[in-house]
Amino acid sequence: MSLARFKPAAILGLGAVAALPLAVHVLFPGSERYYLHLLIQILLWSFIYTGWSLMGRFGLTSLGHGAFTGIGAYSTVLLWNFLGLTPWLGIPLGVLLATVVGLLVGYPCFRFRITGHYFALLTLALTEFVRLCIVGLRDYTGGSLGTQPTRHGDGLSLYAVQFEPDRVLAYYIAFALWVLGLYVWLRVDRSMDRYALDAASQDEDAAASVGIDVTREKLKITALSAGMCALGGAIFAQYQMYIGPDTIAGLGLSLNIVFAVISGGMWVLLGPTVGAVFTQVLAEGLRVLIQGSETLKWLLGSSALSLDQMIYGLLLVLFIIYMPRGILGTLLAWRQRRRAPTKAP
Amino acid sequence: MGCQLDIFFLEAILNGLLLAGLLALLALGLNLVFGVIDVVWICYAELVMVGMYGINYAYKGGVPFLLAAVIGIILVALAGALLHLLVIRPVLDTPPNNQLLVTGGVLFLLQAAATMAFGIDFRNLGIRLGSVSVFDMNFAMARIITFAVALAAMLGLWLFLRRTYMGTAIRAIAQDRQIMPLMGVDSRRLYLVTSAIGGGLAGLAAALMVLQYDIYPQIGLQFGPLIFMICVLGGLGSMIGGFVAAFIISQFIAVGSSCFHTEWGYAVAFLFFMLAIFIRPQGLFGGKG
Repeated sequence: MSLARFKPAAILGLGAVAALPLAVHVLFPGSERYYLHLLIQILLWSFIYTGWSLMGRFGLTSLGHGAFTGIGAYSTVLLWNFLGLTPWLGIPLGVLLATVVGLLVGYPCFRFRITGHYFALLTLALTEFVRLCIVGLRDYTGGSLGTQPTRHGDGLSLYAVQFEPDRVLAYYIAFALWVLGLYVWLRVDRSMDRYALDAASQDEDAAASVGIDVTREKLKITALSAGMCALGGAIFAQYQMYIGPDTIAGLGLSLNIVFAVISGGMWVLLGPTVGAVFTQVLAEGLRVLIQGSETLKWLLGSSALSLDQMIYGLLLVLFIIYMPRGILGTLLAWRQRRRAPTKAP
Repeated sequence: MGCQLDIFFLEAILNGLLLAGLLALLALGLNLVFGVIDVVWICYAELVMVGMYGINYAYKGGVPFLLAAVIGIILVALAGALLHLLVIRPVLDTPPNNQLLVTGGVLFLLQAAATMAFGIDFRNLGIRLGSVSVFDMNFAMARIITFAVALAAMLGLWLFLRRTYMGTAIRAIAQDRQIMPLMGVDSRRLYLVTSAIGGGLAGLAAALMVLQYDIYPQIGLQFGPLIFMICVLGGLGSMIGGFVAAFIISQFIAVGSSCFHTEWGYAVAFLFFMLAIFIRPQGLFGGKG
């Protein structure tokens, strides 16, 4: 297709994102760390959201990805804290564990055609199960209070994969992860599996009747998606240097993932990224707005923190009803419609 | 800790039985809505939370408890109808996942709104009903009342669905969504009534829960997943199934909690649920599969 036309724009775009720390350095010399933190968060979440959208776009609405991010984050941190195992091995093990869990839950689901409501609620149970295990193993995980990876030296270590103090380094790690996510998305998008899964999401019987091994295809995408989310969760833990059952696992997180992807656009490459930008900027923007205004602070008091959640909820409802394609999806469709008449021969 | 077959173990089992009544009631409303409208209200437990706050405020405002409970039931019934009108109706003809997720948005909205309006502190009505002692076992009176009222409510709903004209119409539309409108039945009105009844049942559950539990904005996250699990295990839409599943799940929780930590009771229940669904995907009593 129009790969050749697409490429210069893509390189330009990647270059621009890669140069963002420089822009931050020039524009906000005083609060460099804060803006970099915001960007890192956006990129890390974009990666996790992209991982979810791999399944979401094929109608596999999972509420279980909070479990995968949690498994990735907790495996890595616990292996490091209690066995001294470097995250270079811990992260792959966490990703592997999440993938295995994904396959174990996925196989019976796909084999027995558990779809729609049932699939969403079953994966929700998985999230709850993992969260309860995390809380239950409180001697190791710190229970609902969460835990921290043990600092190695001054907190900047290649061996322990700790990079939090150096924000620019952290930015490029997040950037690399984000690019990896986009690459995986494109690979899936251009593969035969994509067509098989598209067919299966439309009509499973018809897809199976033309020789598509639906269970196998769905398992492949589940493994990929779960592994990506676990990797994202693990890196997120290494960056935040704190993990808690509600910040990196649990139903709230699962729903957050789903919401962000829907708001950005589930079916387009940069949709999850736009969703991450949108949700992070919304949350931060509201926080700054409330902190900056005395009247708002007085009006809302300490409950102001939930204002962004409330607006999320409201927007999620509005998005699904009026804009199911999300921000980017709607914009692209709109642009395509405008272009269509001129492009026609 | 550890499990011993003594009187405390029996007490745990019987308390689990009492918990089952409440869980069955909670599952009932959700099942009704699913069975008739084919929509899962992810925010169902949040509606219960709204009811609990409503009852709390009415009671603290000097209204006698029974009247406050009625106010709570009406409040949540209205909320259920409103939820259907504003949120569900516009997405009724879109893929089922949208309907599920749209109520996920309502979950965020209600939870955050409650946090903003009421703060995060735990509230309690302060009604103490005492407890009953049988041999060496203690049973909270509130739990016994809850169990009895829950059973009565289930019987009431069953009679309503079987014996009234409206109930028959609701059962009919649950069986065939396409044909009924052709027979001159106003499905929009039936859906609205069903949503209100579903909400009312959530309100009733709220009225019973304020006697036993503290109220806080996140209480929905504690009960929500449990309710979905029971509904799916019983077969979404099957009220008898939900009833049986509530008893199974509550035994896991009660016995697990008495032997180990509370979380492990829940964790084992969720694990059992996942395994059970793999063996019987349509749920214990689900016919639609």
